[in-house]
Amino acid sequence: MLTSNDVRDDEAMQERHVTQLTDVGEDIILSTHDLHVFYGQHEALFEGDLQFANHKITALIGPSGSGKSTFLRSLNRMNDRIATVTGQIMYRGVDVNQPAIDVYEMRRRVGMVFQRPNPFAKSIYDNIAFALQLRGVTDRHQLDEIVETSLRQAALWDQVKDELNKSALALSGGQAQRLCIARAIAVKPDILLLDEPASALDPVSTSQLEDTLLDLKQKYTIIIVTHNMQQAARISDYTAFFNAGRVLEYDTTSQIFTNPQVKITSDYVSGNFG
Amino acid sequence: MKSTQQLERQLKRHSKAARLESWGRFISFSALLLIVAVVVGIIGFVASKGIATFATNHVSLWDFLTEKTWNPNIKDAHGNPEVGALPMIVGSFLITILSAIVATPFAIGTAVFMNEISPNRGAKILQPVTELLVGIPSVVYGFIGLSVVVPVTRAVFGGSGFGILSGTCVLFVMILPTVTSMSTDALKAVPRYYREASLALGATQWQTIYKVVLRAATPGLMTAVVFGMARAFGEALAVQMVIGNAALMPSSLVAPASTLTSVLTTGIGNTVMGSLQNNALWSLALVLLLMSLVFNLIIRLIGRKGRMQA
Ligand SMILES: Nc1ncnc2c1ncn2[C@@H]1O[C@H](COP(=O)(O)OP(=O)(O)OP(=O)(O)O)[C@@H](O)[C@H]1O
Ligand SMILES: [Mg+2]
Repeated sequence: MLTSNDVRDDEAMQERHVTQLTDVGEDIILSTHDLHVFYGQHEALFEGDLQFANHKITALIGPSGSGKSTFLRSLNRMNDRIATVTGQIMYRGVDVNQPAIDVYEMRRRVGMVFQRPNPFAKSIYDNIAFALQLRGVTDRHQLDEIVETSLRQAALWDQVKDELNKSALALSGGQAQRLCIARAIAVKPDILLLDEPASALDPVSTSQLEDTLLDLKQKYTIIIVTHNMQQAARISDYTAFFNAGRVLEYDTTSQIFTNPQVKITSDYVSGNFG
Repeated sequence: MKSTQQLERQLKRHSKAARLESWGRFISFSALLLIVAVVVGIIGFVASKGIATFATNHVSLWDFLTEKTWNPNIKDAHGNPEVGALPMIVGSFLITILSAIVATPFAIGTAVFMNEISPNRGAKILQPVTELLVGIPSVVYGFIGLSVVVPVTRAVFGGSGFGILSGTCVLFVMILPTVTSMSTDALKAVPRYYREASLALGATQWQTIYKVVLRAATPGLMTAVVFGMARAFGEALAVQMVIGNAALMPSSLVAPASTLTSVLTTGIGNTVMGSLQNNALWSLALVLLLMSLVFNLIIRLIGRKGRMQA
């Protein structure tokens, strides 16, 4: 149980329960303030006010179309050319949702892994070296070293260490997704955003991926969108429940799953949604 | 027992659908046979005619491919007819390669703009324009070449204005729309998630285009260029109007020259079937045919390689 809960009602008179993590003494690395996202005229996110704790895993759950991906993609400005994002995204004290921000530098610090494993049609090695080479790293030893550590962190090294020059497209779905994680962490980001990274994977690969994420927590802050309640419960420290473009509840994961404050949340996590 | 027999009868009955099915299969198979017969017929015909130069008129294949004098009406000092096709072969290749070299950057640049940089404007303006340009008949291009490109070449470089350079200019404009729209298709075929992956890794849009999109589209882009080259190689009318039609080794880009196609179109009406002059032209046609087969083969090879990578 958290001591300080902030229950607010908005215009829609919706029941909400969004915990301020600063109140529970968390070290906040990223937070959003009054974030609105519009696809043309269509407003897909009405108000996203969330705080993310350093070196913790935060899960974003909620029904399809509730704006989880929209929110996540706004965090590293992937919606730049697609949607209009207003409001503040404070990353270590800097508002990164302003035009003056160098999005390319920003995305190095806030990496992203997508729902569908999307390795490039290059070798395993080149996939990981890609982002480093963009930044002018040419030293072969340095590249070799980073490729190895990234693959190790993504728990893929032992399986591919003898075939780094093989095409990444030959990997299985689970391996490919872990390659994508290795690729994202090769540039040593601060935060890793994952949008349903396990939805295309079988149960074994999924559980391996979850183990990997739990390991990565030591080094990175992880924000993960998932439809899999058990997954959210297993790996995350905090969970945010999205519904119809709003964050309705945000709390520790155990609280969300065992003692949700909002009716819709409790319906959703217990599977009675609809 | 009775119901089994009934079921069997029902299942074995030749229904109307089944009869229609076999009839349809027969029609499409006949159509296929006809097309195969036509293709085989054309190749066989051109080949038999084209080989006659060497079999009947005893011209050596080597001389045909390497001699520089084309004058089938005259015999040389040894009594051999002068059917050296090298000037035309060189002319054809030169004009094809040059126009492809000039057209490729423009085509890819335009495709990148239409697809990556400004998809809205690209779809609204450039796409219809490109498609319109593809449909313009080649005689129109030739005519514009004759009345604009040739005089300009003449004014700038001197000489008659007819030659490889003018031919290249006309072909460049002619193949540009084809290569552009095929390049656009190649870029469109690159999955959106490649671009997202690259951008999410902090690549700029230019880096994404250059290092990811163009790389992934390379087989498609190569196919586009080879397709353009095949079109340039086979184009007759427009080239014939601006190249000068002199069966000479091109001494410069602005000297009158000729290509396999231009010699064919200018000469074929003036010869008698079965004569050496006529057979020699058929040999040129055979070279053309073989070359277009080679182009096709290249396109297929690229396609297969691309599929293997993907
Ligand atoms: N590129 C886009 N253009 C226009 N509208 C979009 C776009 N992407 C999402 N939307 C809309 O925004 C709303 C939120 O979509 P979003 O993809 O964020 O939902 P989600 O919670 O991630 O759903 P899912 O669980 O199915 O992935 C939906 O109404 C959707 O139709
Ligand atoms: Mg989504």
